[in-house]
Amino acid sequence: MDPTSEQLLWMYEKMVEIREYEETMAKVYLEGKLPPKIQKGLAFDIGGGPVPGEMHLAAGQEPVAVGVCAHLRTEDSVVGAHRPHHFAIAKNVDLNAMTAEMFGKATGLGRGKGGHMHLFDPAVKFSCSGIVGASAPQACGAALAAKKLGKDWVAIGFFGEGAANQGAFHEALNLASLWKLPVIFVCEDNKYGISVEKQDSTSIESNADRAAGYGMPGVLVETNDAVAVFRAAGEAVARARRGEGPTLIEVKTDRYLGHFQGDPETYRPKGEAQELRTHDPIPALGALLRSRDLLDDTSDASLRKAVSERIEAAYAFGRNSPYPEPSEALLHVFAD
Amino acid sequence: MTTETKVRTLTMAQAISEAVAQEMERDQRVFVMGEDVGKYGGIFSATTGLLDKFGPDRIMDTPISETGFMGAAIGAAAEGLRPISELMFVDFFGVCFDQIYNHLAKNTYMSGGNTKYPVVITTGIGGGYNDAAQHSQCLYGIFAHVPGLKVVVPSNAYDAKGLMTAAIRDDNPVVFMYHKGIMGLSWMSYYEGSTNAVPLEPYTIPFGEAKVVREGRDLTIVTLSQMVQKAVLAADKLAAEGIDVEIIDLRTLVPLDREAVLRSVAKTGRLLVADEDYLSFGLSGEIAAIVAEHLDRVKLKAPIRRLAVPDVPIPFSRPLEDFAIPQVDGIAAAVRDLMQLNLN
Ligand SMILES: Cc1ncc(C[n+]2csc(CCOP(=O)(O)OP(=O)(O)O)c2C)c(N)n1
Repeated sequence: MDPTSEQLLWMYEKMVEIREYEETMAKVYLEGKLPPKIQKGLAFDIGGGPVPGEMHLAAGQEPVAVGVCAHLRTEDSVVGAHRPHHFAIAKNVDLNAMTAEMFGKATGLGRGKGGHMHLFDPAVKFSCSGIVGASAPQACGAALAAKKLGKDWVAIGFFGEGAANQGAFHEALNLASLWKLPVIFVCEDNKYGISVEKQDSTSIESNADRAAGYGMPGVLVETNDAVAVFRAAGEAVARARRGEGPTLIEVKTDRYLGHFQGDPETYRPKGEAQELRTHDPIPALGALLRSRDLLDDTSDASLRKAVSERIEAAYAFGRNSPYPEPSEALLHVFAD
Repeated sequence: MTTETKVRTLTMAQAISEAVAQEMERDQRVFVMGEDVGKYGGIFSATTGLLDKFGPDRIMDTPISETGFMGAAIGAAAEGLRPISELMFVDFFGVCFDQIYNHLAKNTYMSGGNTKYPVVITTGIGGGYNDAAQHSQCLYGIFAHVPGLKVVVPSNAYDAKGLMTAAIRDDNPVVFMYHKGIMGLSWMSYYEGSTNAVPLEPYTIPFGEAKVVREGRDLTIVTLSQMVQKAVLAADKLAAEGIDVEIIDLRTLVPLDREAVLRSVAKTGRLLVADEDYLSFGLSGEIAAIVAEHLDRVKLKAPIRRLAVPDVPIPFSRPLEDFAIPQVDGIAAAVRDLMQLNLN
């Protein structure tokens, strides 16, 4: 199944949006962390600035998010991992509230309780987790609900190749296949689980091959290309909606930045990240659009302008929103 | 002839990795495995430099397969090896807890003492840098609650080295928990009191001996880990106001130095427990209960007070987190309040 012109344009615009969102975050995140506070030996204060805590960005991994989410409706569930922004943006999570959450503001998705790794937007059925491997079984649950409710909804569990070594991942695959659940497991192989290379963590080359062990189709997408992901995901989503059960997809993708912002990346060969950027999937999709007369300089510029305005507005909203009252820490432990 | 003792100032992270290196040199059976312990040197630098010294056979990066490698530590220990097994954040233990609380903690007992499991589990604890609810817990109370695990929670580099050396030499499972905010990382604010003088030579600090960090006559603060450093800052403020605080650093929860607590409270007559774990069903309740059970020996001048995380997950946003985790000012305020109260 090939993307329509409309879908191609949507994927392009979303990829531009994700990239600009992450690049803006990379800058904003640095505020207040450098130069060091007056403390001996402190070079980078992870708890400083308007966006404190850890920050995992996904620049380079946009094709996975848009290629899959292009097939989804609002009713379909997405469960992401600790690196969640690209999935969230592709699933149309409220950009203002998501950004405010990372600033720890009262207007954030979680009223400042969750922060960047814990984004919950029930309006578009998006959630994520900082615990590696947690997404796959939870996606099974959403798919089980769809089945019990008699809906043709699907659920996506996104995770990294590192997470595919978790017991939870294997248990989820077995459950999904056993119960013929409308779930698609999407593994982003960005080669590293923090500092550990895939070849040092995973006993086989492709996780797609692991699908066979659980009686489901496994698909390897070898290029970091939105259209290739779109095709693989399209088939999987259609199968799931037809009630034919789960699929495991692995995409070979690239992480341009460190595991987290501030990561010294001493484990990574010098120049690797720059080399990866020479295969940037965004200009590649732009070129495809141009070759089909779907994009030209003027429309590209106006698309980018619209994206920039949305992102600027989201960061301004996050920055300018009020903090919650300190005592709100005591609220929401239980549902009312 | 006296041997020269070389003493340097080390961060807690340096002290821990030095202890591990010295024990690995001393005992070929000791090895390290865990997530990012190799090239990365441990996310909180507890294994920095070890890969270069000992190579990948003894400093092993593991897959993100916690049940797998924690279970493997048990099996290897049963065969006579002495694994040190690191899982970055204590918050992640849920994925492998069965191996730990049903097996590692119990097998010696269930075998009638016929098996031993000299495993050291290392992990980072604590918040204070806005990493939210899945990355900021202490949870030592959970580990201490399960019989069969020794639990070590140092507050400074000197103690950390001695306690780590003792942990590796111990024939029992030891959970060694270091607060990220006192490791002396270049990327996190920390309490400098935790970086202190450490002898080069190996030495051990026995488990179950609390330390009187500061002597005082008016009130006892029982605490541990980063909260020790916060309590010291609070005590300095209070001293200027004429309140003389004694601070007890528990150092190990299992075994627990109950006598040190009782001795100090018997002297001061007032107890504040300052804890970064959750309030209910945990360390602070345990310490309070120990004193309550010995009111025949200890005469209290004021009710016991507990300062801990008020039974909420650790929130992300800075004002919320500052509210949830006890801070220096909060400790000082609690002490002032207690000084106003009188039981008789
Ligand atoms: C259960 C658990 N173990 C360990 C971690 C620490 N950790 C966070 S991200 C990460 C690496 C994840 O790698 P991968 O799944 O490949 O995703 P990527 O970061 O490459 O997107 C690790 C080990 C965690 N968050 N949860």
